[in-house]
Amino acid sequence: MPDLEMTTAQQPEQKAQQPEQKAQQPEQQQQLQPKFDIRVQNADFSLQDVYQQLAATPYCGAVVTFVGLVRDHPELQLQALELEHYPGMTEKALQQIATEAAQRFDLKAVTVIHRIGLLAPQQQIVLVGVASAHRGSAFAGAEFIMDYLKTKAPLWKKQHDAKGAAWVEAKASDQAQQQKWQ
Amino acid sequence: MIKILFFGALRERLQCASLQMALNTPCAVSEVLQQLRQQSGLFAEALADNQLLCALNQQLCGTEVLVQSGDEVAFFPPVTGG
Repeated sequence: MPDLEMTTAQQPEQKAQQPEQKAQQPEQQQQLQPKFDIRVQNADFSLQDVYQQLAATPYCGAVVTFVGLVRDHPELQLQALELEHYPGMTEKALQQIATEAAQRFDLKAVTVIHRIGLLAPQQQIVLVGVASAHRGSAFAGAEFIMDYLKTKAPLWKKQHDAKGAAWVEAKASDQAQQQKWQ
Repeated sequence: MIKILFFGALRERLQCASLQMALNTPCAVSEVLQQLRQQSGLFAEALADNQLLCALNQQLCGTEVLVQSGDEVAFFPPVTGG
């Protein structure tokens, strides 16, 4: 995973070195390499900014984005979701999922942003965006990433509601959804 | 020495996020688990859950893989991100 560090938001120094590393690659190879932007952060994100970045990808004709929100339920009275992650491994796992999706669906660019910490109902929690030559691979690639993220990326949700706090249980339906890609 | 990490509901139940363990290496992750279960009744009970996932050096793994000195081993419940 040679390009893992340069894409994480926490390492701006490495990001600054990116143009130098790329300049050493032949022009054509540079165009063929998918572009990754993988972030795990507490801060909110702008779908518009991510879309503009993806839409600027050379040779792409389709951009698909998905945003997951903190979902409340009338009977639940959700106060917040608390997201825990495994620093280092979460970023690596997301990068691996993105890389596999890029290879499998010939994606030109992949952005994955997952928020952590306390999030209120209706807040944005996750974003997956992909750029590809055609819509079929863009739709499939985005769905693949979400299905794998749900079952492979080390992230855990704790629900805070009127009754107190409880860890969210993993769902068998998420496992089934991921297994359909195998 | 091996570094052990716990996350999510398991971390909370054990009231422990990380610990260091001296073990004769190489040894399988299953042996690390075995040693951990002997720490206390709480550890024995919490680590008996066969739904638990494990990772060696930040890669998901099975309990048969071998751990070397200096490695990082993590145990956690099934993931619920997204």
